Amino acid sequence: MTMTEQEIVAGIGEIVEEICGIPASQVTPEKKFLEDLEIDSLGMVEIAVAAQDNLGVAIPDEQLRNLETVQAVVDFVRNAGVSA
Amino acid sequence: MQMRLAEGTAGARIIAFGGYQPARVVTNDELAQAAGTSDEWIRHRIGVVSRRIAGPDETVADMAAAAGGKALAASGLSAADIDLVIVSTSTPETMMPCTAATVATRLGMSGPGAFDLNAGCSGFCYGLAAASDAVRAGTSRHVLVVGAEKPSQWIDWTDRSTCVIFGDGAGAAVVGPVTEVGTAPGIGPVVWGSDGSMADKIAIKDRRSFFSQDGQAVFHWATTVLHPIAKKACEAAGIDPGELAAFVPHQANLRIIESIAKKIDAPQARVATEIVYSGNTSSASIPLALVAMIGRGEISSGAAVLLLAFGAGICYAAQVITAP
Repeated sequence: MTMTEQEIVAGIGEIVEEICGIPASQVTPEKKFLEDLEIDSLGMVEIAVAAQDNLGVAIPDEQLRNLETVQAVVDFVRNAGVSA
Repeated sequence: MQMRLAEGTAGARIIAFGGYQPARVVTNDELAQAAGTSDEWIRHRIGVVSRRIAGPDETVADMAAAAGGKALAASGLSAADIDLVIVSTSTPETMMPCTAATVATRLGMSGPGAFDLNAGCSGFCYGLAAASDAVRAGTSRHVLVVGAEKPSQWIDWTDRSTCVIFGDGAGAAVVGPVTEVGTAPGIGPVVWGSDGSMADKIAIKDRRSFFSQDGQAVFHWATTVLHPIAKKACEAAGIDPGELAAFVPHQANLRIIESIAKKIDAPQARVATEIVYSGNTSSASIPLALVAMIGRGEISSGAAVLLLAFGAGICYAAQVITAP
């Protein structure tokens, strides 16, 4: 199953809403997790754990610090889907 | 030759708890400047507002004896009734002798079996399982189990990633047989395990080293692996998570606690959050939380409570207990 970019953004939005209580509508591709959404590195780990459960993509901890924006996570999930 | 075996008993239960925390309260503001952090960062990241720190001359054995003495007094038993003492600690003053024998003598016991165990922050649940099994097997009748820790003596007070987490203290339980016919056991089967491949993620590497941990890796592990262990302990005890009156996980980090609590599906369970004013007291955190919650009337006698411990090793253990 391949997800569209829109579906991935929506999936990440749901995760962020569930974990951090930030409305999914605010989770748009250009947003930076730390600066715009105030999600710290532990929050990113929680998002990665949920992404594995919900989207079936494992994001290694050492990759997390490079994924500064929502778009970067979307790209990671999409590329992981292609190579899997 | 036919070897004779000890005569066992059907079940073990917790008769009473006792706790001890040092008098000195240390707030985030007191630590924040030296460690280059802030009250807000500590609250958000760890969930701690203040912690208790032992004085320089206050030892793990002192705190263990204080908590053990309270549990013994609350149990209504005499010191001579205790025939085994187990002290869980990963921060003892001495590698040798063990702390447990000293505690037994200080409490006026009549030379019970005594040993320390080290399963990091999981130690109390390991001790409880060992005590329960010793009572059920008939090798002991009444066991004092203590989790006692002084992490403050192993901490670099300028390292903000570790120094703001911990507190000192001790918590204890008296375990004995279920004596009334038809009464259910009060300590359910333990579900325990370990992963030595993560040994370096939480460690005091040698006697000259400070405590260190890979916080992010531990956080990831804790929020991924532990909720199925907790559910397995419920299954093993034949208790539906919906029946739990309380969930008392090791008080490692408020965000780990909240994340696991969400995933175990126990809507009626009050979740322990003693970390807020006690810090992470390692293997003392679960009995200290139980003492506080029972003291506030949040857990009533006979209620089913899920314990979940995890920490250095990496070791983990979970069991359902019935509150005394």
